[in-house]
Formats: sequence, structure tokens, C-alpha cells
Amino acid sequence: MATASPAIRVDGLRKSYKELPVLKGVDFEVAPGSIFALLGSNGAGKTTVVRILSTLLKPDGGTASVNGFDVGSEPLRVRESISLTGQFAAVDDILTGRENLVMVGRLRRLGNPRETADELLDRFGLADAGGRRVGTYSGGMRRRLDIAMSLIGDPPIIFLDEPTTGLDPEGRIEVWNEIQKLAGDGTTVLLTTQYLEEAEKLADRIAILHEGTIIVSGTLAELRKLLPPAKVEYVERQPTLEEVFLSVVGKQA
Amino acid sequence: MTTHVLSDTGVMLDRSIKHVTRSLDTIITVTIMPIAFLLLFRYVFGGAIQANTDNYVNYLMPGILLIAIASGISYTGFRLFTDMKSGIFERFHSMPIARSSVLWGHVLTSLVSNAISVAVIIGVGLAIGFRSSAGLLAWLAVAGMLTLFTLALTWLAVIPGLTASTPDGASAFSYPLIFLPFISSAFVPTETMPGPVRAFAEHQPVTAIVNAIRALFEQQPVGNDIWIALAWCAGILVIAYALAMAAYRRKIT
Ligand SMILES: Nc1ncnc2c1ncn2[C@@H]1O[C@H](COP(=O)(O)OP(=O)(O)OP(=O)(O)O)[C@@H](O)[C@H]1O
Ligand SMILES: [Mg+2]
Repeated sequence: MATASPAIRVDGLRKSYKELPVLKGVDFEVAPGSIFALLGSNGAGKTTVVRILSTLLKPDGGTASVNGFDVGSEPLRVRESISLTGQFAAVDDILTGRENLVMVGRLRRLGNPRETADELLDRFGLADAGGRRVGTYSGGMRRRLDIAMSLIGDPPIIFLDEPTTGLDPEGRIEVWNEIQKLAGDGTTVLLTTQYLEEAEKLADRIAILHEGTIIVSGTLAELRKLLPPAKVEYVERQPTLEEVFLSVVGKQA
Repeated sequence: MTTHVLSDTGVMLDRSIKHVTRSLDTIITVTIMPIAFLLLFRYVFGGAIQANTDNYVNYLMPGILLIAIASGISYTGFRLFTDMKSGIFERFHSMPIARSSVLWGHVLTSLVSNAISVAVIIGVGLAIGFRSSAGLLAWLAVAGMLTLFTLALTWLAVIPGLTASTPDGASAFSYPLIFLPFISSAFVPTETMPGPVRAFAEHQPVTAIVNAIRALFEQQPVGNDIWIALAWCAGILVIAYALAMAAYRRKIT
């Protein structure tokens, strides 16, 4: 694969649930090793995009390729290239935290799943809880375990569907650091989020999904240019992403 | 990818067996209820039942084992349902593993856990007077018959496990199955039943299976019963497997 070709390419993606059209032609590209944030209101279709990209859902139309592989015709190749952290923690409550990690390690055919598990428990502040059943974990602990499970096997592309929802500020910063570290190591990250601050802080590029299409996308600086900086204030202030978001969404609605 | 089916199924089996051994209540319900029936019929109703046998425990045993299996498989439906709801299914399906291993892990767990409860119940039976002159071959035939019965009912249990919308719905279907042995030759000879009930009893699968197992235990000729029993089990297995796979495919696309 040439370095120039995108890690994720989505072209004219369409999807309806029965009569309800959710995606009406979504296009975007994600460069390898970058962090891409998909923003959108509740029900905009962010999870639907992520599920199509991780081969869990078939689109009605359009194409999507991940790591150069088409999600429709080479789903296994796609699955070899990705890791998914879904919107709701997908962990096994009856197993312990360590057993969850070892299970994923074995499924990903690691040579030493136990070592990897211990290392990840450490990294995500779960070392003390590792031997406890996940059913007894707090929401934030489950989320951290969930993300840790997704890092096993070092997939080149990671999907994070609202990775920090339900985390306390400290946990959020921890996860942000991990995400930045991943991108620093060359992993491509596609994340969806409700926290515009999160997108501002992490993302190289941001796209806003609204009423079935991407209405704007670009770097934070490019999005800011969509609104003039406020002039009446004594201290000149850049518009926050939140203002950009509400403005573009409102304009189209 | 096919080379991974076995190792992936092994990981899934390991996980699912942990679920069984860590929820003690399920083990207790699965074995205690049939044992209670066994004791009830042996010590309460047994004296009043004319079954033309000098050892009523021997007479009871096959039907009790079928009740145990019929209640055991409802937990397969329940565990499958829990997996679907918790999102762990989606995690597995987005990973580069043999997808069939996800269902087979549950099915094999059902075989293992039912084999354990059958062994426990036979142990209790021996303690209260169950005796069999059957040789190794006849025991193997009984084991084969019960395994086929378990496999058929387990695939049947997979269907509501995948399609139900509530946990109760996922497991309630087994209640009629538990009830079937009562309208069969399991506890009383069918000749004592009034016309239509007798006709039903003699033409439903449990009677043929019970008669075949009883004949194997008593070293009597098995006659046609074993073929009828095998035909029922194989028929249920093929149809249930086809429906379960259809439901599965609908779920994962
Ligand atoms: N399986 C389904 N069947 C029917 N409708 C669905 C299904 N899944 C999603 N939808 C609908 O599709 C729309 C988009 O859902 P989706 O989960 O992709 O949104 P989202 O952007 O992830 O929202 P949120 O921010 O709340 O997570 C919603 O209106 C939702 O009700
Ligand atoms: Mg969502």
C-alpha cells in the first residue's frame, strides 16, 4: 500500500433502517496515522458508520475501504486491520479483567497473552482490580478495560465510538493520552464523540455528520474559518468548536 | 482461517464453561429439579404407579435424564441472549476470528454441562437403587443417544437465544420441553392413558427415546424405537440448525 492512500476511505455511503434513512451519501477519508473525529448529534448515524466500517453492518449503497480492503468483499482482511471499541463497553462481566484481556489475546493469537494482559492492566490503572470479576467494576473501569482489550494485537486502525462517555475528567485525560500515544506510534484512529472539546484537543481532522451527510470537514483551523472571530469583545476570542458546530448544524437544520 | 476454527472454539468454550461454573445457581437448578422429580416419583408416587416393573427407579431413569437435558439447554438460550445484548458478540464479530466459533462455543458448553448433570443424576439414581446390566456398548449407545438429543435441543435453544427480545423469552421455550416427558412413557405405561392422550404420547419423540434408552439399560432388544428416536433427534437437529443459522445470518448482517 502506497503511503499516500488513505487508511479509511468512505464514498457515497448510504444506509436506511427500514423506512428511516440514516446515511444519505457519506464521504470522507482518513490519512494513515492520523486522528479523525466524527461529530454529530444523537441519532446522526455515527455508530452506524462505525458499524459499517467494522463489518458488522452492510451498507445499502456506496463503498468503504479500510486499510485498502473493501468492507463488503474482503471483510476478513478488514477485521485483521482493525479493532473496535463500541459505544457500550463490550466486556465479559463474569470473567475477571485479566481473563477478559487474556481471552482477546488468545483470539488474536499472541504468543504471551498473560504478559500482555498484565502490562495493559498496569497501563490502564487496573492492576489491583485485574483479578476481580468485571461485573463488580465501575462504569469508568469497564470503559478502560474495554479500550485496553481493543489495543491487544496492535491493529493499524482503531475505531473508538464515544470512548470517554461516562469517564471522570481524570479518566478522560488518561484515555486522551493513550489515544495520542497510539497516533504517535502510527495507528490510525477514528473516533466519534459528543465532547467537542475532545475533538478539538485530539483530532487532526474533524467531520460533522448531520442529516445523513458530512456537512463540513477539515482541520480545526479550517472549521474555525467558517465563522468570523468575534470582534465586539475587548479581548479577541477564537470561536470554539462548539460554536462552529452549533452554527453549522443550526444553519442546515 | 479454517485452521483457526478449533483454537477459537477452544477459547470460546473455555469462556463459556467459566460462565457455567461461576453461576452456581444454574448448576443447582439444572440438577436439583430432575433429582427432586426422581425422588418424588420413587418415594411418593412410585408405590401407587403400576408400571409392570420390579425396579421403578430403572423405569424412571431415562425420562428423568431427558428432563434434566431439557432444562439444561434453556441456559444456552439465556447465555446467548446475554452475549447478544452485552455487545461482546459485536466485539467478537469485529475480530479476525472464525465466526462460527462464537456459536459453537455455546453449543459445546451445553454438551459438557449437560453431560455433567446427567452423570450426577445417574450417581443419585445408583444411590437409590438404579441398576443396569448394560455392557460398555449399550452404555455408549445411551451416551450417543443423549448426546444427539442434547445437540438437537441445544440448536433449538440457539434460535430464541438469538431472536428473543427479553431474557425470559430466551429461556421460556424449554418449559414445554420439560413437560413433554410427563405425557410419554417416561413415568407410566402409555396403555393406561385415554385415547387421544395415548395417541399423542405414543407419537411424540420422548416416548421413542425413553423406550430405546430403557431397552438399552435393561439389555432388551431395542426394536424400532431406537430408529424412531434417532430419526426424531436427527430431524430436530437438522431443522433447528438450519433455522438457527438463518437467524444468526440475519443478526450479523
Ligand atoms: N438496528 C436499528 N434499527 C432501527 N433503527 C436504528 C437501528 N440502529 C440505529 N437506528 C437508528 O438510526 C439512527 C442513527 O443511529 P446511530 O446509533 O448510528 O446514531 P449515533 O450518531 O451513534 O447516535 P448517538 O450519539 O446517540 O450514539 C437513529 O435514529 C437510530 O434510532
Ligand atoms: Mg452512537
